Amino acid sequence: MNPLLQVKNVTKKFGGLTANRDVSFDVEEKEILSVIGPNGAGKSTLFKMITSFLSTTSGEVFFKGEKISNLSPHLVARKGVVRTFQETTIFKSMTTHENVIVAQHLRAKATLAGYFFGTKAAREDVKKFSGTADEILEFLGLDDIRDEIASNLPQGHLRALGIAIGLATNPTILLLDEPFAGMNHDETMHTVGLVRKVRDSGVTVLLVEHDMSAVMAISDRIVVLNFGEKIAEGTPKEIQNNEKVIEAYLGSEDITIGI
Amino acid sequence: MNTFKINQLIGVAIFLFSVFVAVPYAIAASGRWDFYYTLTSVALLSIASAGVWLTFYIGRINIGQGAFALIGGYVSAILVTKAGLSFWLTLPLAGLFCAFIAVLIGLPILRLRGVYFAMVTLVLTEVSRLTMLALPITNGAKGIVSIPLPGALSIFGLTLIPDFSMLKNDKLAFYYVACVLMVICFAGMYRLVNSRFGHLCRSLQQNEELASSIGVNIAYLRIVVFAISSFLGGIGGAMFVAISQSIYPSSFQVSDSINFMLNCFLGGLGYVFGPMLGTLTLYFGWSLLFELGKYQLLIYSSLLIFLMLVLPNGLLSIRFSKMKGVQK
Ligand SMILES: Nc1ncnc2c1ncn2[C@@H]1O[C@H](COP(=O)(O)OP(=O)(O)O)[C@@H](O)[C@H]1O
Ligand SMILES: [Mg+2]
Repeated sequence: MNPLLQVKNVTKKFGGLTANRDVSFDVEEKEILSVIGPNGAGKSTLFKMITSFLSTTSGEVFFKGEKISNLSPHLVARKGVVRTFQETTIFKSMTTHENVIVAQHLRAKATLAGYFFGTKAAREDVKKFSGTADEILEFLGLDDIRDEIASNLPQGHLRALGIAIGLATNPTILLLDEPFAGMNHDETMHTVGLVRKVRDSGVTVLLVEHDMSAVMAISDRIVVLNFGEKIAEGTPKEIQNNEKVIEAYLGSEDITIGI
Repeated sequence: MNTFKINQLIGVAIFLFSVFVAVPYAIAASGRWDFYYTLTSVALLSIASAGVWLTFYIGRINIGQGAFALIGGYVSAILVTKAGLSFWLTLPLAGLFCAFIAVLIGLPILRLRGVYFAMVTLVLTEVSRLTMLALPITNGAKGIVSIPLPGALSIFGLTLIPDFSMLKNDKLAFYYVACVLMVICFAGMYRLVNSRFGHLCRSLQQNEELASSIGVNIAYLRIVVFAISSFLGGIGGAMFVAISQSIYPSSFQVSDSINFMLNCFLGGLGYVFGPMLGTLTLYFGWSLLFELGKYQLLIYSSLLIFLMLVLPNGLLSIRFSKMKGVQK
């Protein structure tokens, strides 16, 4: 069987700077795969290319055998490959519930004109969206803050809402860029639980993360980037004992690694 | 929730009653016929402002509505005088032509945001004035004058609108037409903004990147919004031309574009009916200050600045901040 997502020889150059060099790996269905690496290693850039927010300089990305690189972001999202952002992004002046309703755009059956005239399909959509939003919020434990304006939420809730927005699009693969950034240990462990739950509901998860304890706890497999190049790939155990990885991290003197 | 709906209905009924019954009655009683022209202008300008408001709703500052009012006016004037079409047919055509132009122009410029988009639209107003000055078909600076009044509009032998040149009181007739158009426009806007279309516009306004990551075709939505906006500009412009029976390249200029934008600011960018209230206030405010002679502009601008400082969310925020409290 083909892997769900294939990253093939992807290179990205920003002028003279090579953010990704010839990166290749596969993502299998229903796994949690983490992309790790020091700051500036090109992880976010890689995510942006997978979701067509950036074009590749060379190389391609395939989803279910179909090319999805160098398209438009909304088309990639439509196919089921959806990204959340490293910078927490939500719709600030909407409530939590409204955020998740809007994010169900792709599930709409009625057309925009249909909504304007209030056709039957549109009314059914509206009802369904509200229900699904409630389900998703409950699933992620956000039902208490359903009617809060998003800009008033604390950091931990914002990340979870970001995940809720991602889930609302009904994705096949959800790409999470540093979902645990800025969280304390308890919040991180709580969110790790959420991500597992998301995967167990049938969504494949690809994530970029800095917090090593979280990555080791959560990942089925790990891909390591350094200066834009893939230097290792394997299970958490294999990565922990990989010479190259240890060297790269010790070289960067990053004390948060904890390997 | 239900009392809220009932309140809304009562509000709409009062509004319709004042516009279509109370105001004409008051004008007849007081003999101030000139008010018809003023109020008709307010109705038409608020239609054009509604378009600008919609572009605000996707996070774009639009100072180009004057261009579309001008284009719409010329399209109608030319079709009526040169092609002999009925004004009532040229009205939607003017709107559609403007929407078409908006699609062409919007494709490149809607990628711009913030002050860049604002500047380009501002330039657009000036470019359209110069174009009208230069094109042979628009008759240059002399403009198009002596445009006949709108004829009758009948469908299947049923006369919906009588021939304006036969009417004793065409001022009243124009007033009614303008108000009907305004009511249709704002009812449509209300519906639009409260449907999923409006939600998507808000998502665009708040975060275009995130909107595209949830699958919204942002380029398409932006174009549709800009086309609707310009359609309304064209309709407003064409109606104006029918009333004044003439159009010149200077009929709509940069100052008009700026006023359309100010109407939205003043009324409130968060409220569909903001542009209507804003237009009314600005237009009457300006006329009331006429007595002040050379100080008119100074006082007017100071008042505007003061209002925006005190009510950054527009006039309607007074009413709605209270209502929201009650609702929760
Ligand atoms: N739009 C851009 N233009 C130029 N350089 C960029 C751009 N985006 C990222 N970079 C550079 O590419 C490198 C990788 O960045 P990024 O993918 O954000 O790293 P990471 O997410 O791994 O920390 C960095 O050196 C960064 O400065
Ligand atoms: Mg990053």
